[in-house]
Amino acid sequence: MVYRGPYRIRVEEKERPRIEHPNDAIVRVTLAAICGSDLHLYHGMMPDTRVGTTFGHEFIGVVDEVGPSVQNLSPGDRVMVPFNVFCGTCYFCERGLYSNCHNVNPNATAVGGIYGYSHTSGGYDGGQAELVRVPFADVGPTKIPDWMGSEDALMCTDALPTGYFGAQLGEISEGDVVVVLGAGPVGLYAAKSAWLMGAGRVIVVDHLDDRLELAARFAHAETCNFAQVDDVVVHLKRTTDHLGADVVIDAVGAEADGSLLQHVTGTKLKLQGGSPIALNWAIDSVRKGGTVSVMGAYGPMFSAVKFGDAMNKGLTIRANQCPVKRQWPRLFEHIRAGYLKPSEIITHRIPLDDITEGYHLFSRKLDGCVKPIVVPTAA
Amino acid sequence: MTNIPYAGGHRAGIPSADDLRARIPGWGADLDPADRPSHPREVPGAIRSGSAGEVPENQPERWPRERSIEHARLTPVFGSTLPPRGVSGAIRRLAYRRYSEARAAHWLLLLAADRVESKGQALRSLLSRRTP
Repeated sequence: MVYRGPYRIRVEEKERPRIEHPNDAIVRVTLAAICGSDLHLYHGMMPDTRVGTTFGHEFIGVVDEVGPSVQNLSPGDRVMVPFNVFCGTCYFCERGLYSNCHNVNPNATAVGGIYGYSHTSGGYDGGQAELVRVPFADVGPTKIPDWMGSEDALMCTDALPTGYFGAQLGEISEGDVVVVLGAGPVGLYAAKSAWLMGAGRVIVVDHLDDRLELAARFAHAETCNFAQVDDVVVHLKRTTDHLGADVVIDAVGAEADGSLLQHVTGTKLKLQGGSPIALNWAIDSVRKGGTVSVMGAYGPMFSAVKFGDAMNKGLTIRANQCPVKRQWPRLFEHIRAGYLKPSEIITHRIPLDDITEGYHLFSRKLDGCVKPIVVPTAA
Repeated sequence: MTNIPYAGGHRAGIPSADDLRARIPGWGADLDPADRPSHPREVPGAIRSGSAGEVPENQPERWPRERSIEHARLTPVFGSTLPPRGVSGAIRRLAYRRYSEARAAHWLLLLAADRVESKGQALRSLLSRRTP
């Protein structure tokens, strides 16, 4: 697929990606996913999204070609590729901060490299395509374990590790009350992960009943439909001993519904780096001394965040893009043990040729669409 | 009705660990905060995925690659798609050359360039009778 402008994408034939660096690989995509953060691109919110960009930072595939210095992969290997492009040797990678790699994104120092996520994230084409260039092939991709299904592997490239990482950022202790804002794929995985980390209660907040029903069924969570309560912060306080939650996880990010003013200034007029309403609800509904975890994506512009409340309440705010590969060994154990079955939330399987319709469906949240995946023509 | 938070004490309604374990598959599998994959957040020097202390080999720069003025150099590896072209390209180059990531002007110019490019492409498609 290629981007043509806000709300406009189409499928077209592009030049075959080339080996640009000795440690590159070319991967033939077998499955890709559309992520909630792709919608920020699709809606024209991400600066420096160029016409002709191919999106897609969640994909698995088969190695088609390798550069001369690649040692760990060979053509024919079935691989899963983390959404982070990272070198493994810079100051940040050496510390395990793979999502903050300094060697792969000349366009910005604040964000690492991400496949198919605009030039602001490095200008790499993504995996909603038949072929994709994978830099640092010895560092990022991993051969998919024989016992793991393709759809589970695909969910391990971003959505599952990001949700799991969000729960980790919350520094959950045994018995904590955890609120998760957003019942999209990442929020659902965050809620499920909160239990693994010992949460005593998990409450998921959204305004879409079908997603809340999934939160109850898939993530064993209590639910709150913010559109059906007068004031979601008061409601959350009332249901948490009037203390507030110990931990609130923002799994929504820049395109939150819930405040017309924030939505118009942040999402429509682009006067902020997205609407910070979820972040503000997190700050207001967490208890004093509590932790706000943010892995919902926001743009690089300023946002109207209630920082005074965060300061007065003595909050810890922890945030990052997920360093995917650090999560994999433990997530593989949990999948194998049956604690996590990530593919359960996939609702739509769309041929690459029909991806325009797929984006429309996902963007408008039609047909109960929670997680759409894309099947390339040749797969 | 408890006196919390107006008096100290414990939250109400938290099930016991045994109840939670019985109800939720895997409850408490990662109970120890020190035994979670991203703990500690930074592990200086403990992770080696490549050659320590070496800058990776440089990818060839086929055209003057725009970069943030907060970078000391062009990164060794970068996306090589869609070099800046035309009016939108000139605006993008200006945004990168003149303003840091800390300046709203940087981002607003890039957003403006995006709109200039997509409108221009839509117009071109219209003139060539192709679906935009």
